[in-house]
Amino acid sequence: MNRNLIIGTVLTLVFITLAAVSFIWTPADIETLDIPNKLQSSNTTNLFGTDHFGRDILSMIMMGARTSIAVALVAVGVGMALGIPLGLLAAARHGSLLDELIMRGNDLVFAFPSLVIAILITAVFGASAVNAIIAIGIFNIPVFARLTRGAALPLWERDFILAARVCGKSAARISVEHILPNITNLMIVQGTIQFSLGILAEAALSYIGLGAQPPTASWGRMLADAQTLVSIAPHTALVPGFAILLMVLGLNLMGDGLRDWLDPRLRVVRT
Amino acid sequence: MTLLAIKDLSLSINGTQILHNIDLDMQAGEIVAITGESGSGKSMTALAVMGLLPQGASPKGTVTLDGTDILQTTEPDLCKMRGNAMGMVFQEPMTALNPVQTIGNQVAETILIHEKTSKAEAQKRAAAMLHRVGLKVLPTRYPHELSGGQRQRVVIAMAIALRPKLLIADEPTTALDVTTQARILDLLRDLVREFDMGLLLITHDLAVVADVADQIVVMQKGQVVEVGKTKTLLANMQHSYTKALFKASTHTVSLPDTVASAPMLNVRNVNRDYPAARKTLLGAKPTFRALHDISFQINQGERVGLVGESGCGKSTLTRAILGLEDVQGGEITLDGAPVFTGKRPNLAVRRKMQVVFQDPYSSFNPRHRVDRLITEPFHLLESPPTGAAREDAIAKALTDVGLLPNDATKYIHEFSGGQRQRIAIARALIIAPELIIFDEAVSALDVSVRAQVLDLIADLCRKRPLAYLFISHDLSVVRTVTDRVMVMQAGKIVEQGETETVFANPQNPYTQTLIAAAPKLPDLGVAV
Amino acid sequence: MIRYALGRLTSLIISLVVASIVIFAVIEVIPGDPAAFMLGVNARPDTIAALRAEMGLDQPLITRYLDWVTGLLRCDFGQSWTYKTPVAELINDRIWVSLPLAIYALILSTLIAFPAGIYAASRRGGAGDVTIMSATQLGVAIPNFWFAMILVLIFAINLRWFSAGGFPGWDNPLQAIKSLTLPAIALALPQAAILARVMRSSLLDMLGEDFIRTARAKGLSRRQALWKHAVRNALIPVLTIIGLQFSFLLAGGIIIEQVFFLPGLGRLIFQSISARDLIVVESVVMLLVFTVIIVNFLVDLAYAAVDPRLRTKA
Repeated sequence: MNRNLIIGTVLTLVFITLAAVSFIWTPADIETLDIPNKLQSSNTTNLFGTDHFGRDILSMIMMGARTSIAVALVAVGVGMALGIPLGLLAAARHGSLLDELIMRGNDLVFAFPSLVIAILITAVFGASAVNAIIAIGIFNIPVFARLTRGAALPLWERDFILAARVCGKSAARISVEHILPNITNLMIVQGTIQFSLGILAEAALSYIGLGAQPPTASWGRMLADAQTLVSIAPHTALVPGFAILLMVLGLNLMGDGLRDWLDPRLRVVRT
Repeated sequence: MTLLAIKDLSLSINGTQILHNIDLDMQAGEIVAITGESGSGKSMTALAVMGLLPQGASPKGTVTLDGTDILQTTEPDLCKMRGNAMGMVFQEPMTALNPVQTIGNQVAETILIHEKTSKAEAQKRAAAMLHRVGLKVLPTRYPHELSGGQRQRVVIAMAIALRPKLLIADEPTTALDVTTQARILDLLRDLVREFDMGLLLITHDLAVVADVADQIVVMQKGQVVEVGKTKTLLANMQHSYTKALFKASTHTVSLPDTVASAPMLNVRNVNRDYPAARKTLLGAKPTFRALHDISFQINQGERVGLVGESGCGKSTLTRAILGLEDVQGGEITLDGAPVFTGKRPNLAVRRKMQVVFQDPYSSFNPRHRVDRLITEPFHLLESPPTGAAREDAIAKALTDVGLLPNDATKYIHEFSGGQRQRIAIARALIIAPELIIFDEAVSALDVSVRAQVLDLIADLCRKRPLAYLFISHDLSVVRTVTDRVMVMQAGKIVEQGETETVFANPQNPYTQTLIAAAPKLPDLGVAV
Repeated sequence: MIRYALGRLTSLIISLVVASIVIFAVIEVIPGDPAAFMLGVNARPDTIAALRAEMGLDQPLITRYLDWVTGLLRCDFGQSWTYKTPVAELINDRIWVSLPLAIYALILSTLIAFPAGIYAASRRGGAGDVTIMSATQLGVAIPNFWFAMILVLIFAINLRWFSAGGFPGWDNPLQAIKSLTLPAIALALPQAAILARVMRSSLLDMLGEDFIRTARAKGLSRRQALWKHAVRNALIPVLTIIGLQFSFLLAGGIIIEQVFFLPGLGRLIFQSISARDLIVVESVVMLLVFTVIIVNFLVDLAYAAVDPRLRTKA
């Protein structure tokens, strides 16, 4: 165990706990507005103060953690569930037309940053948290596909794969039995990184109004609301910002720590 | 006069003792060979002389080159000496050169670093030096356009561009083919005479040592166990390790006689083409013929060798025989059935063949335990053994190759290279195939381990009739473990016959070159 | 070299064609009747019919797609429904904010990341390395739009060094650059953190290569070997990241424009989304994707300049 892993895991667990607790309890009810009590700074009833509607910011942060984690986690899940099999397939059929198609498809998706996908979807379907998931998830697919293929190709050159082929095993079986276990560590580490990128992307999409819509609480929306108030009530911008920063930092530290712990030679990508 | 004097050199890296009290003296114009098996500390000794020890290394003692103690010299002064007073050539020519710089610039850099001269002048001298080392390509070429032997010549040109007094060569020919090796060794010998340099040659290959060295230093586990003039030392070895080492490198096994038997593997007029890169923008894709009209047979219980240099088509042939790739002409049958059956492998044919690969470190999935690793061929059986029968099969396979039944629950990283090759053989034998292909199966092993594995193969032949195709670039090994041998060159079989006949009286010019190029140990004055 | 460039050019064209089909399909096929969609549920039938005619929706899909694409090739992006002006004009007014911003940020990011990454790699494990790596760890985690808000709070509201937003136009280039500076910093720093990390790890990979040992044996000092041999080789993976980052900077710019009230493509696109002006959205998205694909093509050409192995291979 190393320092990065411990700090990162603790930070991540704090936010996951906040999100989990919010299901049964929050310091205040965020659905009732309390305008007279707006823009309070930190005090005994409202630990992080209140926003322009007088809602308790800590409660908003807890509810927002739920949105962030849910969106980012599902998006990573989508990326892994589709990207890893595609990458395995491309590696197994290396040099074939199928490989070429998958890789070209990847390049194409890379030309559509999450934000552009979100713009397209929103223009046609309207904004929602689900759109954010789809937009971030689609972008995660080529990340995992490319990484999987890149890690699988050198493995396919190894003699133990040749031995498995001599034993009559099919490419699919070899991919599952021999390739997958040898890239699991890499996927776990990359998954953590993509999770953190997902948190950032969700916040950005909500901030510009392409993500979760009111009344769903989200950190990005809190920042959007705070923008015009930043000079009179800086805490409304600082608290959600630090929430994003610390959650992302925690996940990144956890990813780096996991890598050092599992296998320091792993090469993750960060874009 | 003494060029290099190592006195009482000890070295520890992060607390682990690597070298113990090394002493060594060499004269100008002398070739000194340091030999020993992996882990003997021979490369570390060379790096200590270059002042290029890894971080965390703490050396003690003195390493005096031409009056200067390297270990007491500061890093800036060492930089002035490296490439100037001493040069170094490394083992792996494929990665030793910067891929994005021309070879001429890389050689010229040695000159520009140490001398105040114009770029053009340095280029001119670099070109001359490249010519001197026998390179016949332009200095404006990039490393990836050159063969391994050519690249090694570039590395040598870089090392000797300023005519250093000492040249260190760390396994300079290990990655090369025998004919290339012979030419590079000749070049090094010539350069030593011409420039009056000292050459410190690090090599595990005793035949090379005996061939070129004036003085031999034998190392084992970080200690010098024996030093002597080559002739004297070869004639009269003192240390038991030296004797064991030389004995192992000339190790021969006695195979049981084969009984006349029916043909089993039949390779008839096989061609194998690969698509090559287009030469013109729009023309049809040309093909490269890797196997050219190959025909041979292997009978039941017969041990056949296949020798040839890298790129001659040995691996292509292996894949074709194993039925992993289709061929473009002719056919390969095993007991009358074709080995390649399209996408769906014919398990009935596949289960008659197994293979043992060269690299003991890449032959096994590091995530699986030994029992799972060696039972992988069970996939080929219609009803693979389960439960107790499976346990018994695993235990028998492991004991057959000299391992213990309870090794089954370990992971592969817990085994040494030699043990891994035993596990590879256990995996090949577990379904009792008719034919085993040994693809350079002992080439990556130290001589003593190699001798043990060869003994194991001979032993297995005595226990049951075993036919194999033994592919190797090492002629002496092929000579001892095969009944019949085939020589391959550029995708063709140029000669085949009884092993002893071919080796004693080669007919084909290529075979003759190959046998002549292979360095041989002289008959030794020890009881072997 | 020519064959390599032609190969990349072919895949550039294929990417553009496929991308345009995808965008066209999402905008004009998925909504069913784009005209009805754009005008909303309360639109009068004759208004819808008018828009349908103007958009050419009575034509078959293929014809509409080809019309759109040939229009794009002539820089004719159609007529905006809400602004009642050609989309090309709308874009032309705004791209001179968004593109300079992305390029400005890319330059800043590279200027910060290269020295930081090289310095950290050359001092591996030392205090400088640890400091830089910790800073990049923070940089990677900061949401750029929040960072932008903090910059506004500090440098515009409190210190009054910069204006809090707006863009004076290019009539006064110095003022224009000044007003893009805070947005560019906000965009660049998080990307610089990523780039510095990639640069460092790529360099460390290279420093472990055999050819560095060969260079050291020639008499190069550690520093010389790093600069003369490792940096150029390390650039190959770094170039990939720079190419990818450009698309993030361009897209990220859309968000940052919101913070600084910059009249760029971002503003245009959000106004068009809320006005359901699909014609504008379609063209702006195509333009963004086009830019990204072109930049990736340039990165591919830069590879060949750095790596001679690509020049001789097909």
